[in-house]
Amino acid sequence: MSTTTTTEAGKARRSLRLSRNQILTGIALLVFVGFLIWAQNNLDPYKLRILNLCAVYTIFAVTFNLIFGYTGQLSLGHAGFAAVGAYTAALLTLSVAQKQANFFLAPIIPLLANVEWGFLPAVLVAGVLAAVTGLLIGWPALRLRGDYLAIATLGFGEIIRVMFVNWQRITNGSLGLKGIPGYTNLYWSWGFALITIFVVKKLVDSSYGRALKSIRDDEVAAQALGINLARHKLLAFTLSSFFVGIGGALLANLISTIDPNVFRIFLTYQIVGIAVMGGMGSLTGSTIAAILYTVFLEVLRPIESPFRLGSIQVPGVPGMRMVLFSVLLLAVILFYQKGLFGSKEFSWDWLFEQFSKVRTRLSGAQAAPPAGPQQE
Amino acid sequence: MSLLTLENVVKRFGGLVAVNNFSTQLQAGELCALIGPNGSGKTTIFNLISGIYEPTEGKITFDEQDVTGKRPDLIAGLGIARTFQNIRLFRGLDVLGNVLVGHHLRLKSDPFSAMLGLPGYSREEHTMREEGMELLDALNLAHLAHEDPTSLPYGQQRKLEIARALATKPRLLLLDEPAAGMIRAESQELMDFIQHILNTVDMTIFLIEHQMRVVKSICPRLIVIDHGEIIAEGEPAAIQNDPRVIEAYLGVGDYATG
Repeated sequence: MSTTTTTEAGKARRSLRLSRNQILTGIALLVFVGFLIWAQNNLDPYKLRILNLCAVYTIFAVTFNLIFGYTGQLSLGHAGFAAVGAYTAALLTLSVAQKQANFFLAPIIPLLANVEWGFLPAVLVAGVLAAVTGLLIGWPALRLRGDYLAIATLGFGEIIRVMFVNWQRITNGSLGLKGIPGYTNLYWSWGFALITIFVVKKLVDSSYGRALKSIRDDEVAAQALGINLARHKLLAFTLSSFFVGIGGALLANLISTIDPNVFRIFLTYQIVGIAVMGGMGSLTGSTIAAILYTVFLEVLRPIESPFRLGSIQVPGVPGMRMVLFSVLLLAVILFYQKGLFGSKEFSWDWLFEQFSKVRTRLSGAQAAPPAGPQQE
Repeated sequence: MSLLTLENVVKRFGGLVAVNNFSTQLQAGELCALIGPNGSGKTTIFNLISGIYEPTEGKITFDEQDVTGKRPDLIAGLGIARTFQNIRLFRGLDVLGNVLVGHHLRLKSDPFSAMLGLPGYSREEHTMREEGMELLDALNLAHLAHEDPTSLPYGQQRKLEIARALATKPRLLLLDEPAAGMIRAESQELMDFIQHILNTVDMTIFLIEHQMRVVKSICPRLIVIDHGEIIAEGEPAAIQNDPRVIEAYLGVGDYATG
């Protein structure tokens, strides 16, 4: 009798806690949306651009985490997929007049010359095309493991970039595309970032996510339990490419000028750095690291111009920010081997646990010795 | 009707013959043990049945279907589950998560309903978790559901591997040294559980064991191999007195007194 009442009480408490967490999540989202509305209307374009970049890098880092952190496949093709998304969105949203102005060396192919789409369909098509590219590349490449997969995807990413340099009549080659309409605002960028986080989180917490983690942990055992390795790896790869494509589209309509050099391997390295800094297998980590990285890179901008350090005159060194960032990354890896968050996620329960820990410490300081450990 | 048939199965690794001309049949509902000294090819036979290795020669039939050289996940889908001698648990998942991976091949929802959290998927996830907890309960692991599997004692890790294999709802269960590293009481409890599965579920079990003591009480039929070849087959009592077995596996002086 007593056991049934306690389990019922436990159930009630659990459902209560669930709803409390849902309310808190709802409030947090509302506050965040409020902040976005305020920021969009009050901040200057420079700050807005940083906040938008935060969202784009969040998308990149979260999707990289899906492939590497959860599925264990080291893929270094992110820059290539971002390029596919960026060019697709750019070509679909550029005005007819701008296209003519851009393609002065060789005319654009007739198919694209008179296209001028709205932003949402362009972004979605960008995602779909990047996903198709991901599917086509992943199908053969995912047979490889570890380092070999990394090299193959790195190569594919470069191939995409070189193709874009040479497709003069589609991509305008190394001249790039200019005057892309600046549709990206905080609502679009953070809207898609939140959708990415939501979908990836739902997926990794589902049975498919457990299958992906089982592949990461032990391919032989996973396959012996009936998990189709190729199909599941391809699922993670394609979904990740889709969102990277969307990220690329947001980037193109944010910076308004793109050329193949934007999507060098360096972009992939940045994404890997962010994801590692945040912690493999933690979406919270990826998000926070993406924001920290983008903001830090801006905050550190002054050190590239000449400045005085005490009595020493330091000359401006371009690229100094990256040196400092590398040092920061090294420090993080030294002190947090698994990144800032490891594989942990933020949760309200965790937050309340921290609160109660602080409270017991405070009350313990006032009235020692503390009463016995509280049950639950 | 036999559930599993191996006909003249040969496996060579370069010049080494790991399994030579292995033929046997397992009847549905049977419990059969494969025994033999270290390196005699027991695990290789399991790897051949579960598709991890492809036989060099010979044919493997499961439920009247030719499964020779099929991919492991397809073989698992047909109803053959296995455990591993060197425990292969997923360290990134908790105890319950490991069992739920075993359930994944029976999942009907597509990835889209999973990543959008649609009601159809949520219902399946719920049943999945309930079944998983029932399985853990049956193996006395329910209280450890949310523990890290690598923190469990050796014996419990082996039991978890069995629970995970059972979660695929197999018709044939291959257990590779399930009692290895267990103390006498634990291995006895495990053998009772295996007997219990056989009595309650429609299941065929093929197990590898190192210690004769563990299997002779519950297995009606033993297959003894040495150097990849069958040297004896039959009831435990007959096997124990087979001079070839005593010589090759049990050790002459040691067993005569025991």
